[in-house]
Amino acid sequence: MNPFSSGTRLRDMIRAIRACKTAAEERAVVRKECAAIRAAINENDQDYRHRNLAKLMFIHMLGYPTHFGQMECLKLIASPGFPEKRIGYLGLMLLLDERQEVLMLVTNSVKQDLNHTNQYIVGLALCALGNICSAEMARDLAPEVERLLQFRDPNIRKKAALCSIRIIKKVPDLAENFINPVAALLKEKHHGVLITGVQLCTDLCKVSPEALEYFRKKCTDGLVRTLRDLVNSPYAPEYDIAGITDPFLHIRLLKLLRVLGRGDADASDSMNDILAQVATKTESNKNAGNAILYECVETIMSIEDNGGLRVLAINILGRFLSNRDNNIRYVALNMLMRAITVDAQAVQRHRATILECVKDSDASIRKRALELVYLLVNESNVKPLTKELVDYLEVSDQDFKGDLTAKVCSIIEKFSPEKSWYIDQMLKVLTEAGNFVKDEVWHALVVVISNASDLHGYTVRALFRALQTTAEQESLVRVAVWCIGEYGDLLVSNAGMLNVEDPITVTESDAVDIVESAIKRHASDLTTKSMALIALLKLSSRFPSCSGRIKDIVVQHKGSLVLELQQRSLEFNSIIEKHQNIRSALVERMPVLDEATFGGRRASSLPNTVSTSSGTAVKLPNGVAKPSAAPLVDLLDLSDDVPAPSSSGGDFLQDLLGVNLPPATQSEGTNQTPKAGTDVLLDLLSIGSTPAQDNNLSTPDILSSGQDNKPIIASLDLLAAPSLTHTTSSTASNMMDLLDGLGPAPPKPAENGPAYPSIVAFESSSLRLTFNFSKQPGNPQTTMISGSFTNLSSNLFTDFVFQAAVPKFLQLHLDPASGNSLPASGNGTITQSLKVTNSQHGKKPLVMRLRIAYKVDGKDVLEEGQINNFPRDL
Amino acid sequence: MIRFILLQNRQGKTRLAKYYVPLEDSEKHKVEYEVHRLVVNRDPKFTNFVEFRTHKVIYRRYAGLFFSLCVDITDNELAYLECIHLFVEILDHFFSNVCELDLVFNFHKVLVLP
Repeated sequence: MNPFSSGTRLRDMIRAIRACKTAAEERAVVRKECAAIRAAINENDQDYRHRNLAKLMFIHMLGYPTHFGQMECLKLIASPGFPEKRIGYLGLMLLLDERQEVLMLVTNSVKQDLNHTNQYIVGLALCALGNICSAEMARDLAPEVERLLQFRDPNIRKKAALCSIRIIKKVPDLAENFINPVAALLKEKHHGVLITGVQLCTDLCKVSPEALEYFRKKCTDGLVRTLRDLVNSPYAPEYDIAGITDPFLHIRLLKLLRVLGRGDADASDSMNDILAQVATKTESNKNAGNAILYECVETIMSIEDNGGLRVLAINILGRFLSNRDNNIRYVALNMLMRAITVDAQAVQRHRATILECVKDSDASIRKRALELVYLLVNESNVKPLTKELVDYLEVSDQDFKGDLTAKVCSIIEKFSPEKSWYIDQMLKVLTEAGNFVKDEVWHALVVVISNASDLHGYTVRALFRALQTTAEQESLVRVAVWCIGEYGDLLVSNAGMLNVEDPITVTESDAVDIVESAIKRHASDLTTKSMALIALLKLSSRFPSCSGRIKDIVVQHKGSLVLELQQRSLEFNSIIEKHQNIRSALVERMPVLDEATFGGRRASSLPNTVSTSSGTAVKLPNGVAKPSAAPLVDLLDLSDDVPAPSSSGGDFLQDLLGVNLPPATQSEGTNQTPKAGTDVLLDLLSIGSTPAQDNNLSTPDILSSGQDNKPIIASLDLLAAPSLTHTTSSTASNMMDLLDGLGPAPPKPAENGPAYPSIVAFESSSLRLTFNFSKQPGNPQTTMISGSFTNLSSNLFTDFVFQAAVPKFLQLHLDPASGNSLPASGNGTITQSLKVTNSQHGKKPLVMRLRIAYKVDGKDVLEEGQINNFPRDL
Repeated sequence: MIRFILLQNRQGKTRLAKYYVPLEDSEKHKVEYEVHRLVVNRDPKFTNFVEFRTHKVIYRRYAGLFFSLCVDITDNELAYLECIHLFVEILDHFFSNVCELDLVFNFHKVLVLP
């Protein structure tokens, strides 16, 4: 005998594999066996083929590759004996799936087997087909299967039905052929056939609307009768499970009735009785009974309205909810969520139980219950519900806290009846779980606070108290610090006391103390510290007596390694020292923020949220603020929509948190953000022309302290006199202007560099763009470009927006344009400056793509182009 | 619709896998691994239903074996729990007092059942 022939029996091989102690041993044994099997295959060994395939299947189950055995399956299927066929089909089902092309080769064998005289073989073929047939096979063999639906043996009928289910799933077009035979199947006595028939019917209805109509008309009554017989049938040992006759059949029938009854009033009527009967008579102490009840409830919910039944259904769900078994409760919660849309009142009655579920120990139940509670909240019950939830917040798990916080916050926001309650609740949430609160949430809180002017005193005192007790939650600290800065005087003077408050005396130095502790805290992050610094500035103006002390605190951060803090500290310091006269004007109360617009902007900017820069621009330390800093760079299209809303949302917040502006100049100038000439901001600016140069954003190189601070302060001095706006804009956060000597005034410094010829960068029938170049002497890589747009047509252009994109080796900066409307026929121009840095200076020339958008008579016009005619050595 | 049936022991070895949707071998292994991890760590007090990718897994533990069924979201979980139990009872009947080893050695018989 061939030494490699696998004489070992299947059992021995399995035993050998299991005896292996290490993975390496196992692999060795498997390899040996595989080699033997491969040799046997090559030899076309007839006798042991089925054994080899069985071994192969085992090896496959262990996870080793076994593709070489696929042809063996085919040969086995083709052989005449039953055992071989059985293993062959099994191998087929296991080793192949419907996507393999090898399957096509099998089609003929399967066809022959379907017509075989031996019904077991027919059964085998049907099974295999039912498991893995592909669409083509289904098409070929559908007629055979149809014929078999009427076979004499019920088992074959059952398998044929199963097979048809798959065929219909794969090839929905064939559904019509099956409608008639199925109607016959539904009258079967044999449960196996009946179940599969019902399932086939359900799938048919899903796939084909004509089938649905047909069955609805003809078979609904028959089905109802069958179900009734089933429910009333006496004990049948063959089908009994836990005292109920064939629960699976129950469930399938109910499902089919659901599909038939949905959307159709007549069908639903005929089902009402039986549904009521099932709902009331089924015992629910066993899982089988509960399964049936669950399906019944689902059906009642889906079919056309019948008040009495619905009430019954919800009562059942209520009973489920109080069941001790977790599974049942889970299922009930699931269903209740769907029931809410139908009948909210009824669900409200179970509110207490649901609240209990929120506190359950099982995570999936908690989640479901929380979602359900969220759906249940309305104006009348919001207060007690929130109280419960907030109380639970204290004791909940860490991972659950995040979810819970988010939900609680949105509930509070949506349904708060009055502002004081809102503020109270948010305070509680912040105290407990401030770390989980998202930024938008506490921003919204601040907006609300600023709007509720009568509550300012109350709020700030409450925050003060909270901060004294716990200071671990970042958001709480931030909000508190802001409020104390803003309304510090109210705090000290105890103004606007509400009668529910206890009197509290706070001196000025207490207030300063607490802000100082916020700065000094090791765990405070950058945002908090920056906010604290600003708050101190405000306090220094409101509490002149503490001014000296505040100055000392502020000065401590002069040498901070973080750019943001350093900058703020120096600037504020200089304000405190030198600019007493404007200080109070600077730090007057913030203008009240418009809640509606904030909500609107926030809603629009939400989808863009985190990714877009500017909203977050305030908070990020200079060095790290990549996108906000260099918003204009890059190859990709600059869509003006994206930066605009987020930046407007963003600058809103920056105003809020970064700087206080004198009411005169609205909320502007602080924002540097992406000005690819976006006129949204220009409008806000209301100073179209001065391209608030300080708003240049050079990609920040973090300089270590020292050097450039002097120029900044010097520039501050210079600017202080001429224009308020410039001061405020430089004090605004994120003026990372250190490097660029562009700090002061016009960024078109000396024409001291070689002069370059101007070019006409872009010209179309209605627009011309001219570029003038200049370079700074020591900086050959950077070019200042001054672009001017001329309108060549005779129409006025409004909402003029210019955008540019450059390849990766270039960096581009756009300053705001001088205006956004271009008078006709060259009567005026818009100028805009750009700065381009060429990292491949000398090797590659500049190229740029433009996009210009404007409106003519209300119609949008878009022009695009590429500039290739830059002077070579730029 | 049932997507697959898995029988796994506590160590993660798959004793039986029957797939009713086409999946690559590597995907199958990934799925088996993930389901095992999901199911093995659950407390017995928790529900028998877990969410898995876009479907549900309904599982039950019998001695050292986990029987997991992956179904669509819209299916009736309680009914499938009954299914699992029925399957176990059939196995019991077929092999008279079945144990894990029976399943291992007679996998070809077991595969025909579901």
